This record gives sequence, structure tokens and C-alpha cells, in this order.
Amino acid sequence: MQNKKRVVVTGVGIATPLGLGIETTWDALLAQQTAIAPLKAFDASKLSSKIAGELPAFKLGDFIPKSHRKSTKLMCRDIEIAVVCAYHAVKHAGLVTKCIVERSESQGEANVDPQRLGVSIGAGLIPADLRELAMAFNTAVTDGKTLDLTVWGAEGMTNLTPLWLLKFLPNMLACHVTIVHDAQAPSNTITCGEASGHLAIGEAYRTIARGDAEVCICGGVESKTNPMAVGRQIKMGRLNTQDNNNPTCASQPFGDDQKGMVISEGGGLVILECLEHARQRNAHILGELVGFGCGHDTYHWQKPCPKGRGTALALSKALADADVKPDAVDLLNPFGTGIAMHDASELAGWREVFGPQLGDKHAATTRGSMGVNGAGSGAIDFAVSVMALSTNTVPPSLNTDRATSANTFGFVSGGAVDANIQTMISLGSSLSGGQRAALVVKKFKE
Amino acid sequence: MNRRIVITGMGCVTPLGAEVEDVWKKLLAGTCGIRPTTLFDAKTFPTTFAAEVKALPLAELLGDEAEIHASASRNARFALAAGVMAWRQAGLDHALALDHTRMGVYLGGGEGPLDFAAASQAAIAGCRDDQANPIDFDSMRWASAAMELLNGERELEQEPNLAAAHVASLFNLEGPNFNTLTACAASTQAIGEASNMIQYGDADVMLTGGTHSMIHPIGVTGFNRLTALSTRNDDWATASRPFDRSRDGFVLGEGAGIVVLEELSHAQQRGASIMGEIVGFGSTADAYRVTDIHAEGRGPIGAMRAALHNAGLGPSDIDYISAHGTGTEENDKIETRAIREVFGDKAPRVPISSIKSMLGHLIAAAGAVELITCVLAIRDGMAPPTMHYTTPDPNCDLDYIPNQARKMKIRAALSNSFGFGGQNNAIVVQAFTP
Repeated sequence: MQNKKRVVVTGVGIATPLGLGIETTWDALLAQQTAIAPLKAFDASKLSSKIAGELPAFKLGDFIPKSHRKSTKLMCRDIEIAVVCAYHAVKHAGLVTKCIVERSESQGEANVDPQRLGVSIGAGLIPADLRELAMAFNTAVTDGKTLDLTVWGAEGMTNLTPLWLLKFLPNMLACHVTIVHDAQAPSNTITCGEASGHLAIGEAYRTIARGDAEVCICGGVESKTNPMAVGRQIKMGRLNTQDNNNPTCASQPFGDDQKGMVISEGGGLVILECLEHARQRNAHILGELVGFGCGHDTYHWQKPCPKGRGTALALSKALADADVKPDAVDLLNPFGTGIAMHDASELAGWREVFGPQLGDKHAATTRGSMGVNGAGSGAIDFAVSVMALSTNTVPPSLNTDRATSANTFGFVSGGAVDANIQTMISLGSSLSGGQRAALVVKKFKE
Repeated sequence: MNRRIVITGMGCVTPLGAEVEDVWKKLLAGTCGIRPTTLFDAKTFPTTFAAEVKALPLAELLGDEAEIHASASRNARFALAAGVMAWRQAGLDHALALDHTRMGVYLGGGEGPLDFAAASQAAIAGCRDDQANPIDFDSMRWASAAMELLNGERELEQEPNLAAAHVASLFNLEGPNFNTLTACAASTQAIGEASNMIQYGDADVMLTGGTHSMIHPIGVTGFNRLTALSTRNDDWATASRPFDRSRDGFVLGEGAGIVVLEELSHAQQRGASIMGEIVGFGSTADAYRVTDIHAEGRGPIGAMRAALHNAGLGPSDIDYISAHGTGTEENDKIETRAIREVFGDKAPRVPISSIKSMLGHLIAAAGAVELITCVLAIRDGMAPPTMHYTTPDPNCDLDYIPNQARKMKIRAALSNSFGFGGQNNAIVVQAFTP
């Protein structure tokens, strides 16, 4: 593509079980903390998996302007987390948006044109609030156990508030963020499971590169720590049900003895910006996004290709887009789940592209300390990897030292390691479906 | 060099049938696909009618592959059928030497319908109701019931990215694979972003469009509570009345539309017949309120302007507009206002229609089916009508091609799709000239 604009990362905003904002999560990662603990959001004692990664408490009012307070009633938890991430990302980048101005957190006026500010947020399949729905259903039961649709249609449904549906539409994550920050440029909602964040960031990268926006708030967010999501994942056979009493070790990406994943919540939104715009406002540049590639694992939509075909395609396409050889990559950010078939497939894909040198390269994943945050996972890891690149620090990857096989990734354990990281690559991978996407970031050089 | 994006195949599943030319004839004849709801017992719901897909020849279309895709949700089944038809029309079933790593899928696919019987029964089982305590929800009771009742595979097949995954698996498409869910704007967004991917060089061929069914108790409950649906139960046949003064909401439809987009030289090299060219796409956000559309229509205005700008066309180059035209009070008024703003003095002379008057609103799939009709309108020099238009509304004062298809030359058409929450998309398709 001719006249392609250069795109840089100028801010990252994350909300993870380890903390809100990049600094708290980063510090907790360096300190090798875990956020996996007994599930508190609801009573899970009758479920086979009772542990999760859950966000620390937050007050939504701290992240929105007063004018948006009424709208918080229309936010499910996924939307709330998206709003928290967007605030952190915007602040981290030093952007001044409508939200920042209205909150009187800036001396000056907005430093981004609303018509040139886009939003693309990956989201999950959001279940309706189970208690609210169940209590409403319960008013339309005539046989003691099933819903009577004629009673429901005539009266029962009025137990749901008129705007009920709007709380759970996946595009509402992006819509609330566009309103809070006054972002009127291209807006999208990618719903491709755990690959959503990488796909959303990749698409926003292209949007800025061709000039359709100057700045984008993009990434992915999801909360799976609700009864319906946990129940569904158990029925799909994905969760670790053996370590309920041993939560610290429960999430073991690429481990030897894989018992399943740990459910979690959170998200990451990053600020992508065309270079001229970042320069004009003297933004601190964390790295330059130079490659995006995506591929599809067509093996079977319910299980991944044992050879990691889709993963290899996404990685090699992103490297080709970046014009970077595998040799030149200093940090790898694999996805990792703790589910044997997924991790084996992913590892095979990475090995296909990076060959025998795979284990010699530094690698990092946050999965061991926080589990799988659904559509938020990829973007959280991408944000952490950008920080690693920008600070020349490889954070330790908790629980990866439990793998005895030598033929895996070069994760760091025991503490952070200083390293000259010029280029990193990050992978997002969906558990269902087969979507794979990779992003390549380089240190920014004039 | 600029890469041009052409359409080489189209397939659809709609309430009027699942064969593009047949559906097109019915639309030109003003045939309506709306009937009393049969997919569930809706007789006491505020709205008792919908535009349902009646015939889905999936087993014939898939042949030996039908068994493999037997677990697919209603959405994915629609997408598979539309995908096979588009693939065959494009001649891809006998094309040689295709690079499957450069062929992808980009759908605006909805979430698969909830396993309603199991999920509702489990939810009800979770409601504690004993003498000592007031009724409340008990997640432990729910958990025991849910683990008995829910089926893992059915749950997995509900994921919104599964329709795109089924289509990719069927044709072994290893290139980019996306699903967007920007509500009612999703499939126009999918087609627009898919064309961006081809233009950039991320792929040479994309199967793109949308698929959705919300004609289930939860979907209708949600829209009925929003008072977004028409409740004209005594006159369902004419209930979808876009731009008419007596309009009282949209009619829920279901279906899928998929087109094959292809980079021009790729299409030419394999001798594909070219049906039209995607020349412009625009996406914006209202950034106003999640409950209301911006009164001036700033999001739709921005999307239409961006699409025209992207196409390098001006308002006088557009001969037909396929409106979002849902039949809700707000949408039709504000869409009209936005078209006036973008087209200025020319607005009254640009014929506009909404095929939602006949098909109902296919939600995430609406834009794709509407784009297909734009391509056919250009080909045949015929614009489909807005049916059930009887009473002019002073707020909707443009030419809506009322009640009768119109013969006219169409060089380029603009198709609008606007989503709940304020995500707006517009796309421009043009007759192909080498």
C-alpha cells in the first residue's frame, strides 16, 4: 500500500485481576504475584471449578464524566471494564478527550479531534444477568419448573426493564467508550473469542495506516466470572477442576500436566496513533506497530489443528507484513491456556515458524498469574509485551517453570530479566472457531 | 497501484426464499415475507408476527459435508447455505490453483440462539421458593440444574464467531477470519472492512456478509421491551412501513447474505464474471447516547460522506439509496434528515427504498442482503419498492419508491446500515467498467 502512515503505540490501559492500570499489573507481574483465588462473584460451591481471576473493586465514577453517570445503569460488567480500560489508556497516552476535559483533569483543551478518533473493541458473548433473568422467568412458571411462554409473553417479560437488552449487546463496549471520550471516527466490535483483541488492534492499525483515523482506542475486554459463562466453560470441558484448593498453581500455560484453564476477567485497550499526530503533541512513544497478520485454523471449529497451522500462518504473515525475519525477534508473547490440545497446537505453530531457536528467545505470558480473561486476554498480553519492549524488561511468567520439557518457550522465572528488546511478536488465539492473529511491535526509531 | 474490489458471487437466505434471483423477482413484485410467528409460541407477546426463513435447502447444498456441520446453530446454517451459493456462483468450486491462505471470511454474524429450553429451566430451578424465605436466586441450585441440562456442544456453537468458522472450514479458507457484531450495522461493516483487507493486500478473496436470527423468545422479548417492534398484530402483512407516517416499529426478520469479494486481477485471471465493484465504505460512531440516535444524524451523515469520499464520488453520482429504513419513528426521520444533509438540493431526486418493508429487519444480516439487491438493481436497471407506503410523513419527505418497483438507470448505489448504540456504516457499489 502506498503512502502508508506509520503507526505507534502511545498508551496502554489495562484492568486485570492483578490491578487496574498498567503500573499495578506490571509491578505485580515483576513480583510474581498471582490473582487466582476462590471465586467471589457468586457461590460456585456446586460447580466443579471454583476458582477465578477477578478484578479488584473499583468505582465507575472515577473513570467517566458526570454527564455519563446515568448511563452506568445500562452497563453490564464487560462494559464497565471497557470504560475503565479506556480511561487508563487515554491517561497513559496523555490524550485529552471529552472525558478528561469534563473531569477537569487537564489544563488544556482536547488534543485529539473527535472526528479522527476511532474505537474498536473485541468483546465476548455476554450472557444476561442470570439472577435478573431467572427471577423474571420465575414469574411465568405454571407447572413448577418450566417457563410458560404464554404467561411470559403476556406479563412475565415486563419484569425486565425496558432497556434490558442494551446492557448485553457486545457492541455496547465500544459504544459507551465512543460516548465517554467523544470518538466519532470508525468504530467496530470484533467478536472472535480470545483472538478478538489482536484482530481489533490489527484492524485499527490498518485504519490509521490508510488515513481513516489518526488515533484509535482498541483492544479487547471480557468478564467470564459470571455463572452462565463459568457453567458453559465447564460444560465445554475447558476448566481446571483439580486445583480448587491450590489456586496459585492452577493456571499453567504450556505445562507438562495440563489440567485446563482458569476462568478470569479483564481487558486491555491501547492507544494507536499515526506518527505525525503523536509527534505534534510530543507523545511518549512506547513502540511502533509494524506488522499484523491473521490466519484461520480450518482443522475443526471445535478443536485446534495439532500442527498449529493457523498459528503458524498468523505469525508468518505478521512477520512478512513487518518485513522482519524470525531471527530478528527478541521477545515472544504466546497465548497459552493450560488446556492440553490448545497449548500443544499453539506450540507446534510457533515451532514451525521459529524452528529450533524457539526456546532460546525470551518469552512472556501473563496467563499463569491471571488465567484466561476471554476476549480481554490477548490485549492484556499485548499491552504487557509493549511495556516489556519499551523498558527492556522481560517479566517473569508465573507457573511456566513447572514445565520440564526443554523444547518449549524461553519463559523467565524467579524475577524479571533485563534484555535488549528491539522487536516483539504477540499472538491471539480463539478457543472456539479457529481465529489466529499476530502483531509485531518494534522499538521506535526516527 | 490501487487494488480494485469486485463482487463475483452472491448468495442469500431470506424470508422470501434462499435463491438470489428468485428473491429478487419477489422483491421487485412487492412480495412480503412477514407471517405469524411459528418458531416459538408468541401468541401472547406484544408482537405475534415475524419474517421467518421457511425453506433452507442446506442438506442439498452441503451434500456429503452436511453431517460434519450438523451441530451448527441456526445462524451458522444460514451462513453455510448462503456461502455455498455465493461460492458456486463465483465459480470457485471448479477454480484451479487457489491460494487458500489468501482467502478469508469476514461476517457480521449474530450470537447463536440460546438453548432456551435448557437455559430457562436451569434459571428457574435456581429460584429458591420455600416458606421460610422469600423467593430469591440461589446460584448453587442453578448450578446443579445447569450442569444436568446444558449441553457443551450446543453452548460452544452459540459463539458469534462460529458461523464464520463453519464457512472457513467448509471451503478451507485459511486467510483472515473476522466476525463483527455492531448490531444492525454488522454485515455492511463486515463487507466494508473485508474490502479494506483486500485493498491493503491482506487477502485476495473474502467471503463476507452476515447472518442472524433473533426470532426466539429472548430476542423478541428484548426488542418488545425496547418498544422497537411493530405491534400491528391485526394487520401483520403490512406492518413493516418504512418512512410511512403510520409506521410503528420494525418487523423482526432473519437470514443471511454472503458475497464473494475479489481483487480485480485475481477475478480476471480466472475468468470470473464480475457483478459489481465496491468503491467506497465509511464507518463512524454517533458518540451520543446508547439509547437514542443523535437528532441531527451526525453519525449517519459522517458515514455517508466518508463512503462517498472514499469512492471519489459526489452526491450527483449516486442514483439509488438502499436505506437502513427500519420503520421506527426515529430512524426513518433521522435517516431522511441525514440524506438531506449529505445530498443537499439533490436529495429529493435520489430514489430511496427500504426492502425491510418486505423482508423485515435481518439485524446483523440486513446490510448484506441489501447490498446484494443494490448489485441486482444496478444490473437490471430496476429499483425495488418500499412497500406499505400509504401516508406521507412531513418528516420523511423524499422519494421512497412507494409500492412499485421502478425502472431506472443506476450507475452507483449507496447502502446504509446503522446499529443500536450508534455505530454507522455506509457502502457504495457501482457497475463494473474495466
